Amino acid sequence: MVTPVSETRGPVHITGEVLSARRVGGYRHLTLAAPGLPERFRPGNFVAVSVGETRLSRRAFWIHRARPTGGYGATVDLVVAETGFGGRWLATRTQGAPVELTGPLGRPFALPKEPVSCVLVGEGYAAATLFPLAERLRERGCVVTMLLAAPDESHLLSALDARRTARSVLVVTEDGSVGRSGAVRDVIGDVLTRAAAEVVYAAGPARTLHDVAAAAELHGAWSQTALERPLTCATGLCHGCPVPVLGEHGAARLARACYDGPVFRGDRVRWADLAAWDSGHSEAAG
Amino acid sequence: MTTRIGETELAGPVLVAAGCGGSGPELAPFADLSTLGGFVTRSITLDPRPGGPTPRLVESPAGLIAATGLPNPGADQFLATELPWLLQRRVRVFASIAGTTFAEYAQLARRLTESPGLTGIEVNLSAPDAAALGLVDTQDPFQAAGLVAACRRELPRGLLLLVKLRPDPGHVVEAARTAADAGADAVVLGNAVPAAMPDGRPAGLGGPAIGPIALRCVADVHAALPDLPLIGCGGISTPDDARAFLAAGATAVQVGTALLHDPTTAARIAANLGGC
Ligand SMILES: Cc1cc2nc3c(=O)[nH]c(=O)nc-3n(C[C@H](O)[C@H](O)[C@H](O)COP(=O)(O)O)c2cc1C
Repeated sequence: MVTPVSETRGPVHITGEVLSARRVGGYRHLTLAAPGLPERFRPGNFVAVSVGETRLSRRAFWIHRARPTGGYGATVDLVVAETGFGGRWLATRTQGAPVELTGPLGRPFALPKEPVSCVLVGEGYAAATLFPLAERLRERGCVVTMLLAAPDESHLLSALDARRTARSVLVVTEDGSVGRSGAVRDVIGDVLTRAAAEVVYAAGPARTLHDVAAAAELHGAWSQTALERPLTCATGLCHGCPVPVLGEHGAARLARACYDGPVFRGDRVRWADLAAWDSGHSEAAG
Repeated sequence: MTTRIGETELAGPVLVAAGCGGSGPELAPFADLSTLGGFVTRSITLDPRPGGPTPRLVESPAGLIAATGLPNPGADQFLATELPWLLQRRVRVFASIAGTTFAEYAQLARRLTESPGLTGIEVNLSAPDAAALGLVDTQDPFQAAGLVAACRRELPRGLLLLVKLRPDPGHVVEAARTAADAGADAVVLGNAVPAAMPDGRPAGLGGPAIGPIALRCVADVHAALPDLPLIGCGGISTPDDARAFLAAGATAVQVGTALLHDPTTAARIAANLGGC
């Protein structure tokens, strides 16, 4: 596995502009003019958005697509869930609105050196980050299987789009409104076996990532999980997004979700500790 | 525009505040750190600290409430990895230090300046959650004086000793006088304002919300001690904010929380002031 070094000199901080905003099911899809970002982009990167002058925390969004050139110049596409202040703020920007953003940020997905079989698992809007990854993997000759999951059909990203790059696409929804009824954990073992997966990529809620990492380990595959945590600066400055991980030699330590991640090896995250923090059972993060 | 504190010349009046610039590499894509007046590290303790429980930062109107628990790699690791990175890039580095005992502060001052490299030390006497962190209580001027004097004794000649004080207008003049008498070359006014997280844990408030409080501290101390170099810190987010602090008597300013919202802030303020 190789982690691509971002040869085009790190992230930029720019004022972008909303070029188009449209509703797709339960989400808003935004295309932003973002000079300087696309050529630096690697799948797994995200952007940090400022959501007003008096709200100081940045809001992170996965980059769904990055085009260095095109009719509108350099653009990035984001999939926005209208939850929380930041999601609602960004979802209500209309064409022409300026948006301050920083990116591309974070450690991207590591890509296999060989053209191996890869399974990509995405739940809800987080699946957005897997579409550009699928393209990169296919360019490298990898066989790509995608498993898309959501609570219901309106929160499922386009299986049709996924079929353009993936050899096969499977769909699960909790309410069974489309695809198989159930959750990722119900099908992941089977999917890995059928695909003879050597590498598994996952994006979605921590609970799902944990399930995928565990299934990958059982199956003997590498896993790469794109972890979403509440961020403050999103640039590695503030140490506000600790993730409990195992370091090189198995020693427990804290990594930053925004800077050391958001992509972590699934076997390196201490998932149980993370879940305990989130349910408020932790006294000290250590 | 260069800035002078004692005998030391800095590239300009804008510094990165403690704990808000990462360890350097994180901020480097957004600012040429060597063109800034200086980079203050997060507070370094003798032994590594992992940091506290989550949430560590929470938004409040025009502010951030922070209780990070001083995550830092400890003195040895800082000297081995973080400091060389900054020095290679010709950054003026001030190491912020914090300790649980007098002896730890003095030991840190000695250990960090044994080999050349640092421009100065910033003694953090004002962590807004000091008690929760187990840090020495330096509210009492007598204690503070002893601690600053102990650090001064350990510093090689030519290194700057900055002392960072609480932004507490009622007590800040006395605290600044105490620090100056004990050997400080300049005082930093101030740290985050003592506050609480929504769950009640002790924390500090930074960002535009506290700017006027820090400005008041600068104005009061400058009126009482016009010869003491002051470094303003608190809420500075725009060139106009920085100008207000310089006009009130500050020699330099530090940018903290604003960097978490826009990592180019310090560079932009520095560039703008360059043309004054
Ligand atoms: C995430 C974070 C970490 C900080 N860490 C330190 C620290 O280690 N030592 C210190 O003296 N001040 C620390 N501070 C305080 C800042 O340096 C600054 O004094 C304070 O936030 C007020 O300035 P501001 O409004 O520009 O942020 C920290 C502040 C934040 C937000």
